Amino acid sequence: MKSFRFCFLMLTIAILASPALSDLVLSKVDRRVENAGPEKESLVLLAFPEQQAKNMAYLMATPHEGKGKVKNPVVALPVEAANPKDMPAALTFYSVSLPKGLAEGDSFTFDVLAVFTHALRPIPEQITQADIQLVLYQDSAHYLSPYAVKVQSLSVKLPDSRIESYTKLENTKIHGSEIKYGPYENLPSFSYSPIAVHFESNLPFAVAQELVREIEISHWGNVQVTEHYKLIHGGAQSKGEFSRLDFLARPNVRGASAFRYLVANLPPRAHSVYYRDEIGNISTSHLRGDSKKTELLIEPRYPMFGGWRTAFTIGYGLPLQDFLYESDGKRFLNITFSSPMVELVIDALIVKVVLPEGSSDISVAASFPVEQWQETKISHLDIDGRPVVVLKKTNVVPQHNQFFQVYYHFSQLSMLREPLMLISGFFFFFVACIVYMHADISISKSSASYLAKQQWEEVQAVIQQVQNIISRCLTTHDNLEASLRDLSRTGNIQACKAARKAADGLLKELSKELKPLLTFLQSSPSAAQVLPKVEELVAKERELQEKVMVKHSTVVDGYEKKLGARDIENRVALQQQKLTALRQEVDDLLEFIDEI
Amino acid sequence: MATMPASASDLLKSFKLKTKQQELLIRVSILCLVYILAFITRLFSVLRYESMIHEFDPYFNYRTTLYLTENGFYDFWNWFDYESWYPLGRIVGGTLYPGLMVTAVLIYRILRFLRFAVHIREVCVLTAPFFASNTTLVAYFFGKEIWDSGAGLVAAILIAICPGYISRSVAGSYDNEGVAIFALLFTFYVFVKAVNTGSLAWSLASAFGYFYMVSAWGGYVFIINLIPLYVLVLLITGRYSMRLYVAYNCMYILGMLLAMQIRFVGFQHVQSGEHMAAMGVFFLMQVFYFLDWVKHMLSDTKLFQAFLRITVTCAVAVGGIALGLGMVSGYISPWTGRFYSLLDPTYAKDHIPIIASVSEHQPTAWSSFMFDFHILLFLFPAGLYFCFKRLSDATIFIVMYGLTSMYFAGVMVRLILVATPAVCLISAIAVSATVKNLTVLLRSKNKVVQTGSTKGSGGSKSSSKALLDQSQPFQKNGAIALLFGAFYLLSRYATHCTWVTSEAYSSPSIVLAARGAHGNRVIFDDYREAYFWLRQNTPQDAKVMSWWDYGYQITAMGNRTVIVDNNTWNNTHIATVGRAMSSYEDEAIEIIRSLDVDYVLVVFGGVTGYSSDDINKFLWMVRIGGGVFPVIKEPDYLVNGEYRVDKGAAPKMLNCLMYKLCYYRFGEMLTEYGKPPGYDRARGVEIGNKDVKLEHLEEAFTTSNWIVRIYRVKPPNNRW
Repeated sequence: MKSFRFCFLMLTIAILASPALSDLVLSKVDRRVENAGPEKESLVLLAFPEQQAKNMAYLMATPHEGKGKVKNPVVALPVEAANPKDMPAALTFYSVSLPKGLAEGDSFTFDVLAVFTHALRPIPEQITQADIQLVLYQDSAHYLSPYAVKVQSLSVKLPDSRIESYTKLENTKIHGSEIKYGPYENLPSFSYSPIAVHFESNLPFAVAQELVREIEISHWGNVQVTEHYKLIHGGAQSKGEFSRLDFLARPNVRGASAFRYLVANLPPRAHSVYYRDEIGNISTSHLRGDSKKTELLIEPRYPMFGGWRTAFTIGYGLPLQDFLYESDGKRFLNITFSSPMVELVIDALIVKVVLPEGSSDISVAASFPVEQWQETKISHLDIDGRPVVVLKKTNVVPQHNQFFQVYYHFSQLSMLREPLMLISGFFFFFVACIVYMHADISISKSSASYLAKQQWEEVQAVIQQVQNIISRCLTTHDNLEASLRDLSRTGNIQACKAARKAADGLLKELSKELKPLLTFLQSSPSAAQVLPKVEELVAKERELQEKVMVKHSTVVDGYEKKLGARDIENRVALQQQKLTALRQEVDDLLEFIDEI
Repeated sequence: MATMPASASDLLKSFKLKTKQQELLIRVSILCLVYILAFITRLFSVLRYESMIHEFDPYFNYRTTLYLTENGFYDFWNWFDYESWYPLGRIVGGTLYPGLMVTAVLIYRILRFLRFAVHIREVCVLTAPFFASNTTLVAYFFGKEIWDSGAGLVAAILIAICPGYISRSVAGSYDNEGVAIFALLFTFYVFVKAVNTGSLAWSLASAFGYFYMVSAWGGYVFIINLIPLYVLVLLITGRYSMRLYVAYNCMYILGMLLAMQIRFVGFQHVQSGEHMAAMGVFFLMQVFYFLDWVKHMLSDTKLFQAFLRITVTCAVAVGGIALGLGMVSGYISPWTGRFYSLLDPTYAKDHIPIIASVSEHQPTAWSSFMFDFHILLFLFPAGLYFCFKRLSDATIFIVMYGLTSMYFAGVMVRLILVATPAVCLISAIAVSATVKNLTVLLRSKNKVVQTGSTKGSGGSKSSSKALLDQSQPFQKNGAIALLFGAFYLLSRYATHCTWVTSEAYSSPSIVLAARGAHGNRVIFDDYREAYFWLRQNTPQDAKVMSWWDYGYQITAMGNRTVIVDNNTWNNTHIATVGRAMSSYEDEAIEIIRSLDVDYVLVVFGGVTGYSSDDINKFLWMVRIGGGVFPVIKEPDYLVNGEYRVDKGAAPKMLNCLMYKLCYYRFGEMLTEYGKPPGYDRARGVEIGNKDVKLEHLEEAFTTSNWIVRIYRVKPPNNRW
């Protein structure tokens, strides 16, 4: 068999029942591979038992770097699922491609990081509020490998030193919260030695059964992220009473297995953060922010005991320029894939990237395989909906919180679409109003009331004209008065006479214009009520006109006869009084007619 | 130099609007501002709390609206709700007024069509303020119809901020009244317009307004009784006219036919005692018309008198016999208890404890009249005076509306709402008429003074001296002082309204807010905590038993089946729950098991000092339970007629289920510094039974401030 030409030199296998992640097991393996066979070999197989393979969320292999070296950005080795022949069917294999083939006797060291979810089983499965939560971890003390192993050891790091029981094999040591198995030497291939560790863990077993993240890009300067969580406490089920009194009095003892809050590390400059659920806002949250990050601490409505569920939504806005870039005429969004929550296992993650309406040429670049399809979403002021890229991944762990990119084409002009729509909407609304105001939508054009209304409108228009003419007459009178004042100042009789002549002509014209209007009013039946007033107005105005003329002639006469200013004033005083009274009456009449 | 101002003034003159246009502009802009004001003053609750549904009934309306948006109208119409009144269920489509939900969904659909991606909750929250804004417009037109446009404007302003109306129409108060007041006022306005013009079109509009009102609120009974009464008064006062005949007949016949389309109302218009007045008046109208015709035909007055006597006797006899037969045969149902309790304030207390137990059904205190109407309370009689001074068909209507609704407002607190539009309109007449009189006084003087001064500067001997001499200086000053007084009162009114809105009427009552020790705001969100816990952590088909107040909220927010809810249609069922709550635990568990209950929910304010909790409502449970099951006797829970929970309480009280559930393990709790454990802050006493043991129930969840406590019913023990 090809693979048996290898001989493994295992240095350590460290398995962490991670101190941070509850429902997670991080397995870090340091491997040194030595080629013992004659041929060059560039693939290394990693084997996992079925149980582990099912729970495996993340697998990464990196070349090992010595401790003293400057940390270069680690380039991960390509890992692929492999299906080699002649291997036991109960095992799942992954092959790691080495950077260069190993000749006989050559060796290469690399690290493998595998993350498993749901690998800890709570035993007992149901606990009361006062009980502590115990979990069981099962693995093999011997490294399961298709290759012969020269040296290997295993250490299990636990969150707490309180250990209920563990499998004792030869060479087992315990240091505080760490259990060490090994080193074992010269193990044959596929050697397996089951171990079980039963220990206390009160870490939050927060599992998001479903998380839908919606990232909506607005080219007006905002990236809106909305995350819908369906959360469950994945640890031991709680049974019996929940006593608030006990929980209030000693939350760390009576409620040790519960968790009360979650922390989300949002990107810096996150704004408009909200936290709510189906039935409204949840007021128990705190937001702290600095230039590096924004920390959001949220408390569910109630403390989460084993098996309890909750569902909530958080949302926040991010500045566009931090996440949207442009390259080769294409725009791309560069944003993290997974949830900002610390210590959260996600069973099913759906990421929806909502691009602006009119985006095209959409492509996604992610560093791990995801299911992917497209939808459309209709939001504010959309006509045919916004393109949505949907990415789905199951079994997501914090290691998946890497940046991914969505490339798309979007023309700058499309941004104007929505404002233009609004503008045209209002424009058409006003146009419709204008049309309505001017259109005649009466059904029966021959009914009496309709005709009367139309006649009345005509009458009103005519009265309007009459008013105009009268007011023009009045301004002419004012001009005449002004010319008199000029006369008294300058003594220029000629100019005054000229003004008089112009005024005469104008007034004659006006009275000519007035005539047909008056005859119309007299003939129209619906003007009957207004007519007397209008006629009175016209008559008064004519009287006023005459008086003004008389006064004008008197004053001009006076000047021509070189009479003193005092004399002239005395002469016109009486006329002036009458004029004022008349003017008052005309004004009153005008106002009265105006109010009809 | 001299020509410059002249040309400038010409220019100004050409831009200057005519007095009429100016008036129109001012009126329209005031109306727009009032419209906006009416909307935004109702948004206090959103600012103070959040965009959420308030109180109890709105949660049911919201739930049905959601159902309507999701499943469409036909499913909604045929909806049988398994989640309430377990195990009876409720035919929702046939037992509600669908106007509100249909309106909200219509607005929602229109907004969606216009591409505004709003959520139905936002639409529901803002429906009431939107309709309040529309009501101001109707009030304007109504005021214009009965008095003049000035009174209309004042009425619009008054009603926009009147606390009596705001109390039921803040954002989030998604209740029938929100749209119903609009419909009510609209119907009245259009009907008055129809009476004034005799136009069939307006009458038709009022029929449709009535239809909308019937679809929206049970208060339509007020319309169908007030309008006949009004017609009757017009007939008696000799104001019968063809206009009235057209308006009433068209409105009644069409309105009745339309109203029958609402399933909840059905054939009540022809079958129930409450609607018979309208029918009687309808027939009376026909008799009147007939007599009029006969009078026209007969020239002999004596003959007519005889004919009149015979016809009237016949008509009355036929009507009486028909009514009697209808009553006896059971075709016409007698008046319902609710109707009686409106006419007689003491009726409910003696006969229907379930109506009397609701706080908003209590007779109104003077303070709440003052609180809700403020200066309108004083302006109302003044307005009535003006109305009587200028009596017309329209003013008679508003007077009758005002007087009857004021009576009902005195009978029940919640009916202040119905009286509010009338009070606003009548007060507006008072304000408008007073201010108008005063300003006319002022303006006439001003004008004279102005003309005098301009002419005086013209250099002539003052000609209008005669006019000036007539003026009395005191009159002018008095008018100014009175005007200032009026504006001061109105500004006080505005301040009061804003204060009341922001402090008293904007609380959603789901979220409780209190001031902490350092003056900071403390929020008690316990209700939602409990409901959300129920929603997430109980089996989908779990049944929750609680007092009926919380039924709607549990189904809407907790999404769980309840035994009884706020639609108090089955008194026996409610009494069963009341009986369970007031029995000993081992008796109660029988009832609980027979009702298939999984969880029992109680509301308890002993830790926070929240006084409207179940212990304070407990006597009503006893009364309602005892009304159906005589085993429950109120005196058993009282000591010398006194209701207490401390050591001196009645033994039955100390051991009944409600007491146990509320005070379970409370005896160990230290609520206030310097007080013994088990000190109840809501009632200010140390509880009497500190050692509460539960046998068949166990604590499932208690909220962080103990306001809601949920108990799980244990499965029966195995028998061997």
